[in-house]
Amino acid sequence: MIIYGVAILAFSYLTGQLCGEYLGQFLGVKANVGGVGFAMIILLLCKEWLQKKGWLDTEFEKGVDFWNKMYIPVIIAMSASQNVKVAVSSGFLAVLVGVVPVVAAFFTLPYLIKLSQK
Amino acid sequence: MEIFENFIDKNGLIVGFLVIGVLAFLSEVFSKKVLKGYLPGSAIAILAGLILAYFGGVITNGEKGLSDLPFLKGVGAFGGSMFRDFTIVATAMGASYLTMKKAGWLGLVSLLFGIVFFFVFGVALAYIWGIRDAASLCTIGAGSCTYIVGPVTGAALGASSEVIALSIAIGVLKAILVTILTPLLAKKIGLNNPAAAMAFGGLMGTNSGVSAGLAATDPALVPYGAVTATFYTGLGCLLCPSIFYLVLDFFL
Repeated sequence: MIIYGVAILAFSYLTGQLCGEYLGQFLGVKANVGGVGFAMIILLLCKEWLQKKGWLDTEFEKGVDFWNKMYIPVIIAMSASQNVKVAVSSGFLAVLVGVVPVVAAFFTLPYLIKLSQK
Repeated sequence: MEIFENFIDKNGLIVGFLVIGVLAFLSEVFSKKVLKGYLPGSAIAILAGLILAYFGGVITNGEKGLSDLPFLKGVGAFGGSMFRDFTIVATAMGASYLTMKKAGWLGLVSLLFGIVFFFVFGVALAYIWGIRDAASLCTIGAGSCTYIVGPVTGAALGASSEVIALSIAIGVLKAILVTILTPLLAKKIGLNNPAAAMAFGGLMGTNSGVSAGLAATDPALVPYGAVTATFYTGLGCLLCPSIFYLVLDFFL
């Protein structure tokens, strides 16, 4: 059943996000620390466990895959709800600090990757 | 008219599905017919979303782009953090746990490097600009991490509301820029494999920027970028108002 896939995804999401909330509180931070990351790892572990048990069928995978494919539409909707106006019209200092480090970081990435390969 | 308005209001999320579907379709056609596939349809759609968000902001004077228009509220719900995170987690289904583990330390290094890099860069630029008090500098540096780290740091340090607003603007600008530049620069900077995507997620950190940028570049890389980027905001909120502030205060 498709709902099983969705339910496992929901379980991973909720457990992971909750871990992130508690980790944030434990560290004294007013933010979720790594919730999505924990959720992804939980989902991967669930998947492996189900595979070993032989319970992973195509219907199940469809339940997760639907949301996987909805990812780009969600991102489009997210872009359409950004506060672009304030970003564009907030003065030269904002543009300076918003743009220069980002461009610099893009060109730092190859060196970071090279460094890791040594 | 009132019936129609109530109807749209009640079914906001469904309206959001329809609107985004139409937008995605038009972008795909534009990508194929006008640009001959030079930029993928998803990149065009994301860019179109940003442009529409600008006009939404101009028309309504609100903070949530297109979704501040009453009949497009559902777009905001559809693109909110709940759906974003839920679908990102779903992308992990296609990722390999082993690959993530192998590139794990590269992800960690780039995460720490990324936060320090953006913070120091942001502070230095603000210092050159003439800002001298530690709380304001720290808030601006935090803003160049993400648009959440900025206001959280600013509130913790008691920065003025203008500086906090500035830090949000910087963070939003970063997210937008990462979204646009990632598909354009990916080839040039070797962003074409899972390990590079993990380093990229840690370096840039801005969740929405990284996830949108990678989606437009190669959807298969999204989970790898997201798995490191998800720690960035939290770590930034931890480090900026504490250690970074103390170091900054010491030097000033």
